[in-house]
Amino acid sequence: MIRRLDVRSLVAAFGAAVALTSCGGGTTQTSAPAGSGAAPTAAADSAGASNVTGKVTFTGTPPKAAPIKLSSDPFCQNANPGLTAETEIVAPGGAIQNVFVYVKDGLGNRTFTAPAEPVVLDQKGCQYTPHVLGIQVGQPMQIVNSDDTLHNVHGMAKANKEFNTGQPIQGMKMTHTFSTKEVMLPFKCDVHGWMHAWVGVLDHPYYAVTGPDGTFSLKGLPAGTYTIEAWHETLGTQTQTVTIGAGETRDVAFAFKAS
Amino acid sequence: MLLPLFAALVAASTAVLIFAGGLVTSTGSGLSVPDWPSTYGWFMWAFPVSKMVGGIFYEHAHRLIASTVGFLIVVLAIWLGRAEPRRWVRRLGYLALAAVVTQGILGGITVLWYLPDAISIAHASLAQIVFCLTVTIALATSTGWKSGYIADPQGPRRIDDSVEAGLRSAKREGRHARLNTAPNDRTLQRVAIVTTAVIFVQILIGATMRHTGAGLAIPDFPLAFGDLIPPHWDSKIAIHFAHRVGAATVAVFIIATAGHVFAHHARRAELRRPAILLLVLLALQITLGALTVLSGKQFIINSLHVVNGALVLVTSLVLTLRAHRARFADTGSADAGSAQRDPVRGAGSRTRDDQGRSWTRRGARA
Ligand code: HEM
Repeated sequence: MIRRLDVRSLVAAFGAAVALTSCGGGTTQTSAPAGSGAAPTAAADSAGASNVTGKVTFTGTPPKAAPIKLSSDPFCQNANPGLTAETEIVAPGGAIQNVFVYVKDGLGNRTFTAPAEPVVLDQKGCQYTPHVLGIQVGQPMQIVNSDDTLHNVHGMAKANKEFNTGQPIQGMKMTHTFSTKEVMLPFKCDVHGWMHAWVGVLDHPYYAVTGPDGTFSLKGLPAGTYTIEAWHETLGTQTQTVTIGAGETRDVAFAFKAS
Repeated sequence: MLLPLFAALVAASTAVLIFAGGLVTSTGSGLSVPDWPSTYGWFMWAFPVSKMVGGIFYEHAHRLIASTVGFLIVVLAIWLGRAEPRRWVRRLGYLALAAVVTQGILGGITVLWYLPDAISIAHASLAQIVFCLTVTIALATSTGWKSGYIADPQGPRRIDDSVEAGLRSAKREGRHARLNTAPNDRTLQRVAIVTTAVIFVQILIGATMRHTGAGLAIPDFPLAFGDLIPPHWDSKIAIHFAHRVGAATVAVFIIATAGHVFAHHARRAELRRPAILLLVLLALQITLGALTVLSGKQFIINSLHVVNGALVLVTSLVLTLRAHRARFADTGSADAGSAQRDPVRGAGSRTRDDQGRSWTRRGARA
């Protein structure tokens, strides 16, 4: 990892870390968990609700999911035996999961208020749930340790402030907010080197993560021309441009190939 | 008698510490404990062993070993301060202490600042300097060093060219021929210094490569992408290639130094031994470097390469210092009348006893 030495953030991080409550740059509060945060909220100026829907598929032979060696932590070994890497999950029929699909460009100067309900990132069975998620700038992210072992929550941000906070006790929660958009922001647990999550931080609500059936939908878009990007952690990105009229629904398909 | 033993123990523990530090980087565990100097809010020594899981095992163990070595160096510095007659050795003790404290702080802030390359590289490099300091102290307090590696007049095997020359000239001048077997061989001194410096630079390149993630930038060995010279370049390939060129340079210098020792001082065990060791460690180091690449950075091989690199450095340092032994004021060398041959220390200001010790006047000089 090559990281630039940013003096201001270093000093800030140092101060925060000395206080031992560091979660660099974000605000930390307690808040009650609420449903799935991935659902986009209504746009500020949704004139005629247009939608982009579609499916992400994979052609070629999907790689075998690699088993993960959990022996370095007996808790993980017992809690989640047989855990495999979540890098490329391809269902029969080629549907591919954990693709982050979002509007990359085309919204102009529109601004959107961040929802107040938090997005939850859980550490359970020495695995992040969900593995890929989206969040809006300013929207709270609640990070929970459901495991009876220690996790460190390491947000390896580039545009936002990097942070690394320990959650040594089961049931610990922290809330973090991001101050600027960043696609994608990796999360890592350095205690359990296999634990990765990817967070897409956007300044608008038009994003989705493909489920096991590979489908996504971006709902409530204003009419216009958009660049839609599909991001996958190992397969890379693809973009497409779509023009939708008011009240229209357009279908966009992304196909990734085995490399 | 205990002090030299303790100094050797401190030096050995520093090597263990470097291995432990290598493991932290090699396993990517550096940030598995987010806080410092506490560990997940616990006082370091109170952190439960059962919680040393995953990466915490390496990171926390490294902190425990480092604190132990730090404590040993505190004891060493105090001990030297009270019992060591030579001022420069006492000062080395204080310097080692300052270095190890700085090292601890660098280690702490690199964690709090999420391992910025510059600080991690500084931490890796200062580790080598701390090791050099503890080894130098161990050497300076050793009996061999203190005796000035005096030849046993009954042991002709230990007499080499330069000693014979010294003997002849002593005879000519009618002096009592007490042998100094550590005479000034300028060529050896120079080549040994350069060798040590080249090894140190090579280690800096290694640290830079390691912390910028360039360890596998060239995936094959001994060729680079099937060629002698990489067919394409970027900064990672360049730093990686520099480390390989560095290795070749180091090899040339080590062979030159060792060759010079074998050719001219083969019977001086205090030079011959580190020269042989240097060649063995060099071969091992290159093998471990190659295996690091070919194994895709298997973490134990990788860490052994780090610690063996440190051993190459200090072995060369020991050889260098021994080659310069005669230049140290308190050399037990030579005949009593040669005090004026001390070029480095103000020889005139001291008195010596039979063993060449000058500490009787320590109080007066201070
Ligand atoms: C003979 C002289 C050599 C010396 C003294 C030496 C020393 C070192 C040291 C001390 C480090 C680690 C620096 C640190 O982080 O503290 C290092 C890293 C490394 N060395 Fe060498 N090395 C030598 C030769 C080689 C050779 C021939 C290779 C083969 C290509 C090699 C491959 C590597 C690699 C791949 C790393 C980085 C490992 C990583 O990314 O973690 N070295 N070297």
